[in-house]
Parts: sequence; structure tokens; C-alpha cells
Amino acid sequence: MSITDLGIPTNGSPVIGHPLSGVGHVPPLSEGEKLSKKDFTSDQEVRWCPGCGDYAILAAVQGFLPELGIKRENMVFVSGIGCSSRFPYYLDTYGMHSIHGRAPAIATGIASARDDLSVWVVTGDGDALSIGGNHLIHALRRNINLKILLFNNEIYGLTKGQYSPTSRKGQVTKSSPFGSLDTPFNPVSLALGAEATFVARTLDSDRQHLSSVLRAAAEHRGSAFVEIYQNCPIFNDGVFDVLKDRTEAEGRIFYLNDGQEVVAGPEDDQRVVVRDDQGVMTVVPRTAADPARIVVHDESAESPAGAFALSRLDSPELSTVPMGIFRNVSRPSYDDLLREQVAAARTGEITDADIDALLGGKDTWTVSGSV
Amino acid sequence: MSTKLVQKLDRVVIRFAGDSGDGMQLTGDRFTSQTALLGNDLSTLPNFPAEIRAPQGTLPGVSSFQLHFADHHVLTPGDRPDVLVAMNPAALKANLRDLPRGATVIINTDEFTKRNLAKVGYAASPLEDGSLESYHVHPVALTSITVDALAAYTDLTRKEKERAKNMFALGLLSWLYTRPLEGTEGFLKAKFASRPAILDANLAALHAGFHYGETTEDFSVSYEVAPAPMEAGTYRNITGNVSLSLGLVAAAHRAKLPLFLGTYPITPATDILHTLAGLKRYGVVTFQAEDEIAGVGSALGASFAGALGVTSTSGPGLALKAETIGLAVSLELPLIVIDIQRGGPSTGLPTKTEQADLLQALFGRNGESPVAVVAPATPADCFDMAVEAVRIATVYRTPVLILSDGYLANGSEPWRLPRTSELPDLTVEFATEPNDVTADGEPVFHPFKRDPQTLARPWAIPGTPGLEHRIGGIEKADITGNISYDPDNHDKMTRLRQAKISGIADTIPPLAVDDPTGDAELLVLGWGSTYGPTAAGVRLARALGTSVAHAHLRHLNPFPANTGEVLRRYRRVIVPEMNLGQLAMLLRAEFLVDIQSHTAVRGLPFQASEIADVIAQAVRPSVAESMKEMAK
Repeated sequence: MSITDLGIPTNGSPVIGHPLSGVGHVPPLSEGEKLSKKDFTSDQEVRWCPGCGDYAILAAVQGFLPELGIKRENMVFVSGIGCSSRFPYYLDTYGMHSIHGRAPAIATGIASARDDLSVWVVTGDGDALSIGGNHLIHALRRNINLKILLFNNEIYGLTKGQYSPTSRKGQVTKSSPFGSLDTPFNPVSLALGAEATFVARTLDSDRQHLSSVLRAAAEHRGSAFVEIYQNCPIFNDGVFDVLKDRTEAEGRIFYLNDGQEVVAGPEDDQRVVVRDDQGVMTVVPRTAADPARIVVHDESAESPAGAFALSRLDSPELSTVPMGIFRNVSRPSYDDLLREQVAAARTGEITDADIDALLGGKDTWTVSGSV
Repeated sequence: MSTKLVQKLDRVVIRFAGDSGDGMQLTGDRFTSQTALLGNDLSTLPNFPAEIRAPQGTLPGVSSFQLHFADHHVLTPGDRPDVLVAMNPAALKANLRDLPRGATVIINTDEFTKRNLAKVGYAASPLEDGSLESYHVHPVALTSITVDALAAYTDLTRKEKERAKNMFALGLLSWLYTRPLEGTEGFLKAKFASRPAILDANLAALHAGFHYGETTEDFSVSYEVAPAPMEAGTYRNITGNVSLSLGLVAAAHRAKLPLFLGTYPITPATDILHTLAGLKRYGVVTFQAEDEIAGVGSALGASFAGALGVTSTSGPGLALKAETIGLAVSLELPLIVIDIQRGGPSTGLPTKTEQADLLQALFGRNGESPVAVVAPATPADCFDMAVEAVRIATVYRTPVLILSDGYLANGSEPWRLPRTSELPDLTVEFATEPNDVTADGEPVFHPFKRDPQTLARPWAIPGTPGLEHRIGGIEKADITGNISYDPDNHDKMTRLRQAKISGIADTIPPLAVDDPTGDAELLVLGWGSTYGPTAAGVRLARALGTSVAHAHLRHLNPFPANTGEVLRRYRRVIVPEMNLGQLAMLLRAEFLVDIQSHTAVRGLPFQASEIADVIAQAVRPSVAESMKEMAK
């Protein structure tokens, strides 16, 4: 089921007040109140390296947040450690720059304690997939109402250039002078395997696509996982360049649009994704494709198998790169269920007398007269 | 009609011992509950293996429960049992050496088979070889009598009938010490409400045990222990972990904050999660995290969002939480961290008690990272120290570590119920508006502008308009909280964080000294769970005519303001602790006084007699010296 199936009107902006929207319980702006990018810009000097992809992401986020139509003071950005994790300092919302890998755990506490907050986690490939891998997968399976933005630059930047869990096999870095031996994670496959209900991928430099994915993530109730390919100009420069060159990108990026065929390339030289009897997906020229086997994207498919097969089209050469929302299904979020349990158990305001009764328990005895 | 003698006793120590599957903890709990309702003062010591079901009939599988009850104030579970109930040869062998000569031993003879005897290395049955001559032995075929008593229950298998033998033993002991059965009947009815056949069998076994005592000639005397004089009030019996949990709930209520427990199961702390998980009605949220780090992380997140964040663990978990506690020190947010200490290092002795996490609690983080540390003295005191921890955490916006241990966690004592309305008012005031002005005179919120009295920073929670701010683990500039790498600022902030914690001493009670004669030259100073044995040891020493003072620390960081003065008042100071001298090290370092450290790490609490011996050893030289003086 998608949000649309649930009868939520979608006019392009997230729905405030609807319980099944990601910002459903967050107070909206008052009548006539409007926020702009400037309102989300903190007074702190931004200190990323010149040319860092994080600048573009920050600008996109600052530009997109006003569209949410919710109160700025009800937004919380939590990060871990790494270049990307400086992000909260530059946004004029509530924020916490925490410790390495732990942002999803801390954000889980925030989201569980309060349903009136829009909680975002900003993390990187080392932070989320290496030291914090455990917290990431558990946040996703619980479907906590968090929006997790993973800036993937396939390198450790802040510690100056060691291979990361997404670095390509054989990559030569300061800590792998003979080439990395690690098999990298595919973050989208990992998130799908961890039972994530919303999984998407986008690119730092594609402002429009990035903003549309962020909007959908904000609208999603539960965990939304967004992998953002991000360039590190110092330690891994140009790793996504082929996706930024218009001509190169056209044949490589397969945009995922719900209900549409998964294709790339110019009209006259299209490549399409086809599915075999085992569910494995491959890319073939349209001219060679059996029309019945061409994959029509269904982001709300109950089984994650299709989304997973799409994620396996990735290759180190970036010759086939699905981009967009892989999966977007509805499942109750842990924090909502938790609040429901508490609400169901509650019988009203707790008074001192209620606490007295609790302290007494079932087996009490009374001693009269003092000694 | 029984015509047996009834004898009055002032105190009894009973130990129930059996295989870990024999239900000894339950039997002990029920006997304790009956005893509490009768108005005796009491103290208990459960002692069980880490394995859920160690191989049957073996020494490692022995589980026991000791109860000391009396017609007077009781401080410990008792050094040596007057009565041992041994459900099998392993239970006898594992516990016999703790019995004084003349003790009563009730033995389940059915389990004394060749095979079971061989399992624990008995060449001959101790029932027959004379090795139990010094004890009053009551051989009872507990298992077969129970099965016979349940002959009418044809629906039950022999195994199911055998399982009721602990209720038979409980019935027998209940007769022996004149305990009413009503409480246990009610308990069984609630426990087995959905399994009427099992309920009836257990009730029948319980009564059969009681009647067995009444009718058999083997028991000629039964005993009574009169109620202990206690302060007027309503009481319940309570374990440390339950009392700690209730303290948190009551304190959160008084602070008007929702209670959030983020935790991961670990022995012997898990009962806190079990207890709080059932209290959703009180708005308590419990989150069983994926690991210890996520437990404390979620608690810290909840605190940032305006809840009372709590995490519970034991030593190994505290090690994992260290980095997040350091973050909480840096963020200066309230956080309650409970460490139910157990034997270490590493996995150590998961079900046994120890106090060896004191230095970890104080210093087990990177950087200068001071936190407040409190330690309850008794199971009931866990309630008060939970309330105190919440007071310190919320007033000073700091993590507070509560150091309990396995002995307090599972041990129990009667607790006089407090009135919630008389607990301290812990109402928290969140920041709601700017607290400073910019150079241009614009109102502004500065998250690290401190309260001049407490040095606490404002707690501004998300959702508060105009107070949006960012905090993190990177060093912050004084007042503004912006990132700062300035050397002087770091020096200042480090000293401010320390001064804030040191300043807590202004609001904690001074260290009280119990020195009835006023001429003692020796002070015994305890902390945490050593209170009971230490106080009992001091009592014993005084009964022998020794002048000795006794004081007890419940605040370990900071120490009460008069601690140094108290220490210097005495010629000698003995500090007993269940580690290799951690408090002694702290006291020597901070106050430059000599401390005599008495330590043991056997996984069990001190015995009162052991402390009395240490006191006797310590005063003898001074007695000898003063005699020498007189001779001159």
C-alpha cells in the first residue's frame, strides 16, 4: 500500500495533520506564516572543503524544509561523526551532533519520546554502515519515524582518506595502498534487507531530484532511508562524475518512477530493465527486450524482491544506476505503536494516590503505634 | 489436634537449597512474603547460578535462598543458617560447610540415590555414614510423599506431581515456624488461574507439607518468632531492583517528566526492565534496544526531547555505554545510568555481587568527564537513591550513576511505604525564552549560559520557539555553545563541568557518624551494599565492649562536604568493600588520610562476624598500646 492508496491527498507537499504522514503530528505553521531558506540558515560559518558535495545537499535541504509547512522549532537534526555530521550546526533547527555511529539510536529516543517532532538523521557511509551499522538496521526494521540521509562518498573524509564500507574493491587509499580487500556494502540492498519501508537514492548535484526524494521521505511515516551520492573533492574526487555529465548520465541513470518502465538512454537508443523467471533483473537494449518482461516500477509492491533486484543492477563502473524511490510501503512505525500501548494503558492523569497505590503493591502490612 | 510444643525464638536463619529447577527462589520468596506479613524484620539473600538449568543434580546447578527473620531489627541475611533445607545431595554438599554445629537439616531423601551421590562425589550416603552427626537431621522423603499426596490427581503426570515438592517443603517450613498459608494460597491462585489442575496440586502439596509437620513424630517442636518492633506505618517486602524501579517512577512523577527507559537485558539488572515494562499506565516508556549503546543513546535522545532518560545495565554494559555517557557530560543533559554491579572483569560472575565498578563509574570515560555517583545502602534505600539521582540529574543537568549490586538487586527487606506527596518536589522548569542579549541588545538564547548557583545550563526542548540550538560532543564555547577549539575556553569549560559536579556537595546531607560512646578511635566507613554487614559487624563489636564509630557513604561523587573532617577525627579508619580497595584509594587520594582497606571479592556479601573480627583485630593493638602507656 502506498500513501495514495490510504486516501491521503497528495498535492506534492507532505500532509500535515494526517496520522499516516511522516509529519502528521507536527504542528503546522500558523495561518499566513511562511518560512524561507534564510530561516533555516544558522549563524555558523560552514566549514566543508571547497567543492564538497555537502554544500549542495545543505542548500537543497535548507531550500526544501520551508515547503514542509511545519514549525521550525519542531524539527530536529541528529548526526554522528564525520564530515557530513557537521550538518546540524548549519541548520537553524534543534540539532545534536552526537558520537560516531549512534545518531539513529539517539534519534530513536527522540522520536519515541515525542510525536510532534520531525526527526532527521544525517550520516555518512562510515558512520552509518561501519561503526553504526547495528543501529541503522535496527532503526529500519523497527520503522521508527526517522528520515535518514546517508551521504555516500565512498571514503573516510574526516580522518583523511581511508577506505570505507562502500569503497570499491581494490580501491587504493591511505590505508589500502595495495588496494582495498573489502567487499563493499550496497546501501540500498542493505536497507531493503533490514526491512526498511522507504528506500531511495539520489545525487548531491541534482537539486530537483534530491528535493523531490526528500519530500517523499518527509511524507513517509516510519523510517525513510535516502542514500545520497556525494562527491568528496579531496580524497575521492570525481567518483560519481559519470553521473554528473549529462551525456554520460543519460545512458547510466535509470530513474525509478512509480508505474513506469525502468529505462535509460535517449529515445532512439534506450536500454530497459527486464526480469527473468527467477526475478533477476538485467539491462538490455529495448530492441532486444521481450515487452512482457520489461520491468514496470512498483514502489509500493509488498515484496521487497523487485526493489532488491533493482539494487543489484549496481556495478562499480556505474554503468547501470537506478535512482529514485526503490520502495515505499506503509507499515506501522514502532514509535506510534509504543505510544498506542501507553495510551491504551493510561486511565487518566496519574495522581499522588495512584503512585502510593503502586508503591504499596499487593502484599502490605501495617504496624500501628510507634516504637 | 497438635499437642506439640511451641518454642519462642528471637531470630532464625533459613536456607532453602536445591537444584536450579527445583523452585528454590520461589519457595524462598513465598516464605519471605509470609514472614513479612507476620511482622518480622527480615533480610534475604538469593544465590543462584548463571546457567538457567545447569546439569541436574550437580554442584554448579545448586540454587539457594537465605532468609534471616527476627523479632528485632535485622541488618543482614545472616552469616550462618540455623536451618538448611537440602533438596538433593548437591544442595547438601554445597551448603553444609556454612552450617554451625547443631543446625537443623531437612533433607529430601528421595534424591539421595547412588547416582546422585556419585554426581557430587559422595562415596557413601551422608545420611548413613555418620558425617551429619553434629546436626539435627530430619530425613523426609519429600518427593515421594508429595507424589503420594497427589495420588488423586490422575490427570497429572508423575513429573508434574514431583514438581510440587517445593510447595510441600514450603508447607512443612510454614508449620515449623508458624507461618500462615493464606498469602501463598492467594499467590498460587493468581499464578495458576488458567491451569486449575496444577493449582489444585500445588495447594494440596502445600497443605500436605503443613500437615506432615503437624502429625509426624520426627518434628516434636514448632517455633514462633514474634513481630519485630517497627516504626508505625504500612510496609511491604521489597527487592532492590523493584525498589529502584519504583523510585524512578515516583521521582519522574514528582518531576512531572515522562520516564523513558532505554536498555538491553543484562544480569542482574534485567528486573528493572521487567518491572518498568509493566507500568505503561503510569506513562512509563521502555525500549529494549539492539545493544547497550543504543540503550543509553535512546535514553539520552529522550532526555534531549524533554523526558527523563534512564538506562540500566551491569558492569560490561557500563563499559559499552561509556562514550555516550561522555556525550551526556558534554551536552549537560539529565541522564540516569543504573549499574547493578556483578563480579568482573569481563563476564565475570554474572549472578554474584561485587562493588568493583566504582572507579569505572567515576573515571571510565575519555577526557575529564565528571559525573555524579550515588550508591544505595539497602534494598529499600534503592528507592530513596533513585529519587536522589533524579534530583541531582534534573537540577544539575548531568548524568548520574547509581551503583547498586547483585546483593541489593535481588535481596529484600521490609520497606515502610513513603507518601508520594511527601517526596521532594522535583518539578523541572524548561527554558521558554531567550536568556541573554547580543551585543546589539537583541534577545538571544545561549544554551550554555549557566545558572550562577548550580552552574546548570538551561534545558530547552525541541518545540520551544525561538530557542532552536545545536549541541554536540565537540567542545563548546562558554555561554554560546558554539563550536570552539580555543585553548583557554577548553580549560575554562573543563573546570566549569568539574565545578558543577563538585558543587552538588552543597545540596547533599553531611556524612552522619554513628558513635554512641563518643570516644571511639576507630571509624568503620562503608559504601553501597556493605551497609548491612558493616552495621551488623559494628553492632557485634559493640556488644563485646568495643568502642567503634560507623559511617556510611551513599554519595560517592561528590563526597559529602564534611567527609575529610570526619575521616581526620579518627585515629584509624577501616573501609570494607567488595573490591580490592577502590574507595580506599579515592579517600587516600582526596583527603591524604591513611585508610585500612578490608576487601573480599567472593561474589557474596560480607558476613557480620567477619567485619566484627576486622574491628577486633584493629582495636587490639591500640588496647595493647594504651596498656603499655599505663605501665609507664
